[in-house]
Amino acid sequence: METPNINQQKILENIAKGIRLDGRKLLDYRELEIETGISNKAEGSARVKLGETEVMVGVKLGIAEPYSDHEDEGTLITSAELLPMSSSDFEPGPPSIEAIEIARLVDRGIRESGFVDFKKLCIKKSEKVWGIFIDIYSINDAGNLVDASCIGALAALMTAVFPKYNEKEEKVEYGEFTDKKLPLTKQVPFTMTFHKISGKIMLDPVTDEEKISEARATIAMSKKGSKVVINALQKGGKESISQKEMFEILDEAEKKYEEVSEKIEKLIEKSIKARK
Amino acid sequence: MGYTKRYDGRKFDEPREMKAKIGIIPRALGSAFFQFGDTKAIAAVYGPKTMHPKHKENPEKGVLRCTYDMMSFSVTERKRPGPSRRSQEISKVSEWALAPVVDISDFPNTVVDVHIMITQADASTRCAGLNAASMALAQAGITMKEMVTAVSIGKVDDKLVVDVDKEEEDHEEGEGATDIAMAFTKSGDITLLQLDGKIQPEELKEAIKLGKKACDEIYKKQKEALIKGE
Repeated sequence: METPNINQQKILENIAKGIRLDGRKLLDYRELEIETGISNKAEGSARVKLGETEVMVGVKLGIAEPYSDHEDEGTLITSAELLPMSSSDFEPGPPSIEAIEIARLVDRGIRESGFVDFKKLCIKKSEKVWGIFIDIYSINDAGNLVDASCIGALAALMTAVFPKYNEKEEKVEYGEFTDKKLPLTKQVPFTMTFHKISGKIMLDPVTDEEKISEARATIAMSKKGSKVVINALQKGGKESISQKEMFEILDEAEKKYEEVSEKIEKLIEKSIKARK
Repeated sequence: MGYTKRYDGRKFDEPREMKAKIGIIPRALGSAFFQFGDTKAIAAVYGPKTMHPKHKENPEKGVLRCTYDMMSFSVTERKRPGPSRRSQEISKVSEWALAPVVDISDFPNTVVDVHIMITQADASTRCAGLNAASMALAQAGITMKEMVTAVSIGKVDDKLVVDVDKEEEDHEEGEGATDIAMAFTKSGDITLLQLDGKIQPEELKEAIKLGKKACDEIYKKQKEALIKGE
């Protein structure tokens, strides 16, 4: 942990009282903005702003070979780049562990939730399937890139359409889009990253809060029927989380899921309408 | 016959619709967005700051460092994320395009980083990127002698055109297409000149003159955005 700067000291002083410097309650998210269709070359794309944090996410579709243990299912590859332009903390070079973790958390949430019906992406069993690429780029890091990235990935997937596929030549005609959407289900996953600072549990940290976070838990959840299920979970950070704290996080996550998922879906729908 | 009418109906000396804005990345010291039609670029400036790796420090003056890349979904066929030979070369020529106007001699051992990212590509990406970068440097308050403005001039078949788009870049009939990326300082010095294709020396001279004229117009857009602020 770095030496706290003045802001960080202030955060620590106030958090005990349940107050945050920007006036939010501990479990409040910052204002969320979603814009879809930001790149006309992508099959699906979105820009997500969570307060000052901004990410851009694109979905590209291509022809791929299925994995040998899932011969009749499409593939999914998620990658994230923490661009040096988005923070002085990021250096150019191969993906950092932070970038890899974000990509993997988003990937697991989407994969395990059953949000994408991979069987419907099969073109020819054990030979040809559709491959989905989700690429995440950070534009401005003001904390909580994970949750912003996941929302971006959802919005990009929900707006994605297939490119034209030439069945005779068995290849994709890039640049030409059909109006056929991706086979998605109602099991919409998204991540919530809880942080522990001075024994308090909070959501959606800004950079200074993130820097003094002692531990965190990212939970990817979705809904199956009327039940909320956890699809991926990862505890991060150098300090431990007590069982009591973990149980508190799980209770809060379940409550928060309903509220946040509804809001996200509404915003995505709204942004799609705004484009038309 | 020749190339008598541009694919998108523009006049031969007319750039695509331009948009410019600064302050799009709050975390950076300076940042900007620049758009030529469907080509969109963003740029951010950090520094002067400590140089990593240390052996690249210059004890006599600050170092300007530029990185250019394209988002994987900015092009029709997915580009593998991360730097490529192409992006590394463009990073270097962008650095050379900006270096002549940037004065960081008072900041020895430091680096000023300029990051350029293409979010949507329809040719002329390095020019859009440079226009954004120049604005981002100005917003960051880095000492600059003057602004840098870039444009691509194309020789499409037998005609010179301003601000080449992808359709023109791929033109194959007649003499084909030659794409010339160029950047000028406000006073008219050339800081970037790159071409591939076929063009005669006299035609290139014409192209450069046409490019400078176009840049005077583009410069107005940059200046407007800087005055307007965030």
